[in-house]
Amino acid sequence: MILSIQNVVKAYGNYKAVDQVSFDVPKGSVFGLLGPNGAGKTSLIRMITTITGPDEGAILLDGEKLNERSPEQIGYMPEERGLYKKMKVGEHLLYLAQLKGLSLKEANQEIDRWFTKFEIKDWWNKKVEELSKGMQQKIQFIATVVHKPKLLILDEPFTGLDPINTTLIKEEIRHLNETGTSIIFSTHRMEQVEEMCDYIVLINRGKNVLYGEVQAIKNEFKQNLFRIETSGDLPADFDQKFQVVSRPDGAVTVQMPDDSRSNDLLRYLLDHGVRITHFEEILPTFNEIFIRRVGETQ
Amino acid sequence: MSKLKLIIQREYLTRVRKKSFIIGTLLAPVGLLVYFLVIVGLTKYQGGGEIKVAVFDEAKIVGTLPDDRGVRYLPSGQKTLEELKTEVTGGQIDGVLRIPQLGSLQQKELTVFYYSDNKLAPEKSELIERRVAKKLRDFKIDSLRLDRKSLETLDTNISIDPEKITGEGEDDSKYTAGVGLAIGGIMAFIMFFMVMMYGQMVMRSVMEEKTNRIVEVMMSSVRPFQLMLGKIIGAGAVGLTQVVAWVVLSGAVVFLLPFIVDIDPQQMQPPVTAGQPAIDPEMAQGEALRIFSELGKQNWYLIVSSFIIFFLGGYFIYSSLFAAIGSAMGDDYGEGQALVLPITIPIILAFYIVAFVGVRNPDSGLMVFASLFPLFSPIAMPFRMAFNPPAWQIGLSLALVVIAAFFFVWLAGRIYRVGILLYGKKVSFKEIGKWMFYR
Repeated sequence: MILSIQNVVKAYGNYKAVDQVSFDVPKGSVFGLLGPNGAGKTSLIRMITTITGPDEGAILLDGEKLNERSPEQIGYMPEERGLYKKMKVGEHLLYLAQLKGLSLKEANQEIDRWFTKFEIKDWWNKKVEELSKGMQQKIQFIATVVHKPKLLILDEPFTGLDPINTTLIKEEIRHLNETGTSIIFSTHRMEQVEEMCDYIVLINRGKNVLYGEVQAIKNEFKQNLFRIETSGDLPADFDQKFQVVSRPDGAVTVQMPDDSRSNDLLRYLLDHGVRITHFEEILPTFNEIFIRRVGETQ
Repeated sequence: MSKLKLIIQREYLTRVRKKSFIIGTLLAPVGLLVYFLVIVGLTKYQGGGEIKVAVFDEAKIVGTLPDDRGVRYLPSGQKTLEELKTEVTGGQIDGVLRIPQLGSLQQKELTVFYYSDNKLAPEKSELIERRVAKKLRDFKIDSLRLDRKSLETLDTNISIDPEKITGEGEDDSKYTAGVGLAIGGIMAFIMFFMVMMYGQMVMRSVMEEKTNRIVEVMMSSVRPFQLMLGKIIGAGAVGLTQVVAWVVLSGAVVFLLPFIVDIDPQQMQPPVTAGQPAIDPEMAQGEALRIFSELGKQNWYLIVSSFIIFFLGGYFIYSSLFAAIGSAMGDDYGEGQALVLPITIPIILAFYIVAFVGVRNPDSGLMVFASLFPLFSPIAMPFRMAFNPPAWQIGLSLALVVIAAFFFVWLAGRIYRVGILLYGKKVSFKEIGKWMFYR
C-alpha cells in the first residue's frame, strides 16, 4: 500500500469534516477520491499532504506515519492553484522544487527535462503573469511532479484545461503511473473516473460510503440489464416471458433475474428466429452509482 | 538549503528587485534634497518685494529709521500728512507711517498708524513695530537720563545645568535634555514608521498569497509557520536594507548639499523676534560644539544595541499580528479594515504617548508604563533611552519585549495556519479567537 488511511477523524469545532474514514491506496494504482461538494475530500487531502493533521486515527505513507519528510514524497496539485505572478517561470519552479527537497542542481536538471518535453524552453525568463492560463497550468503540473513524488494527488486536474492540455496532462499522468507513481485523483467528473481509475473511494458527509475496485463496484451495482437490437419484430409473447424495462426506438432493455441467465435470453431469441444486430449488458455508469449511493447516505 | 532560508531568500529578493522598491529607496533621499531646496528657497523668498514707507513723525522721536529687509524708510521732510497720502495714491511711495505724540514717558502702549490702500504684510508689520519700539526705547532712555551701560547689565541669561548628587555617570549640561529629545524622537519615529510600513507590507503579501491561491501549493511543501516566519524575516530584511540605504544616501545628500546651494545658516533660523537678540555666529559655533560633545557623551553602545533589539522585537510583534490578520482577510481589503484597526491603534497610541507625554516628561508614570508594556515599549523605550532611565527598567523592558515577540509570533502562527486556508468566510475576532485552540 502506498497510502493507508486508518480511522481518521477531523473536526472543526463541532463539525466533523472527516468521520472515521478508512481506506487503502494500492501501490501503482490510479485511485479516485470521489464525493459531492463539502463531503470532506479537501479536508482529507489536506491531511494526506500534511497541511493539517488528523484529530484521531493514522495516515501511513508507504508504511510510515506521515512525518517531516513526507511532503517530499507527495506531489499535490490543488483544485484552486496559483503561482506567484511576478516571479519568473524558471525561478518559480526552482523555488518550488527546492522546497520539495531537491538540490539546486537536481532541480535545474529536472525542470530542464520537463521544459524540453513540453517544448517550452524559451519560457524560463518569462514572468508568470505573462503566461496564458493554459500555459500556467502546464507550469503548475511541472511544479507538482518535478520532485518525482511516489504519490501524486490531483484535485480536479482538468478543470479549466483546454482539450489539448487535457490530453497532454492525461498522457503524462498515465506515463507517470506506468513508471510506478501512485495517483490519487479527486474529481466530480465520473466519466474520467471510469476512464482512468482502478480503485475508488466515495466520501459523503465525512464518511466513507463506498470503496473498492472500479470493476467490482460496477458489478456490484449492476442490475442485470441487457440491451437488444433486432431487425424485425420480437416474438409476440416476448413481453410475457421477460421483464422489459424500456423500449426506446427499436432497442429493448430487459432485466434478467441474474446475469448468468443472459444466455437464456439469447437462446430464446435465436429459437424464435429473431435476427440480433446488437446485444450488450448494461453496466451502471459511475454517475448513476455516485448519485444512488450519495442519495442513500443523505 | 533549509526551507526557511529558501523562503526568506525569495521574500527578500522579489521585494528588493521590484522597481517600486528601487525607485522608493533612491528617490527618498532625492525627496529629502528637494525638501531642503524648497526650505532654502522659502527662507530666501521675500514676500512682495521692497516697500517704501514715509515716516510722518508727529512725536519727533524716531527721526530717521535704518532700512529693514524689504522696508525702506523715507523721511517726510516738510510734507504734510495729506500730501504724503496723495503720494501713496499717486504710487510714488507705498505707505505712510504716522507716529503720534507720546502722552508721557510712562506710557506702555502706543499705536502707530500706517496709511495705505494695500495691506501690510505681517512680516513687514512686525519689522516696523520692532524698529519703532527700539527707537522709542532709546528715546525713553535718553529722556529719563538713564545710563545705557547699566541698563544692559540688567539682562541676564539663565540656564539650568542639572547636576547629579550621587556623582554617578557624566555631568549633564543644559543640552543633555535637548539632545536626548532629538535622539529619542528620531528613534521613536523610525520605529513607528518601520513597524507600520513593513508590518502592512507583510499583511498585504499574506493576503496576496491567499487570494492568489499559491498558498495551498506552498502548504503542501512547508509548514504554515515556516512560510509566515520566512515572510516576516524576509520583509524585515528588506526594511533594514532600505533604512541602511537611506542613511547612506541621505548622508551623501547632506554632504553634497552645501556644494549645490549656498546656505546661510542664519537664514535657516526662524525670524528673530522682538527683544530676543539674534544668535551671534560665534556663540552658535560654541553651541554646536557643545551639542557634539553631548552627542559624544551618549552611551551609543547601549542605545544602538538596545535599539536593534527593540526594533526586532517591535517588528516581530506587529508584523506577526499583521500576518495573522492578513491570513484571516479575504481579497476585500476594505472589509478587512475593521480587523487592522486594533493593531494600528497601539502603535499610534505609543507614538502619541511619546509625542505628547514623553517629550514633556520622559520619566512620568505613563512613560514608564509605556516603556515597559511590550506593545508600546518598542517605540517608547528607545525614546527614553536617551534620558538614562534606571537600568532595571531597560532590562525588564528588553526581557518583556523579547518574550512578547516570541509569544506573538507563536500566537500569529496559530491564527495564520487556519486563516490562510479558509476561503469565502467573513471573519470576526471571535472566530479568530477560536482558531487559536484548533489542534
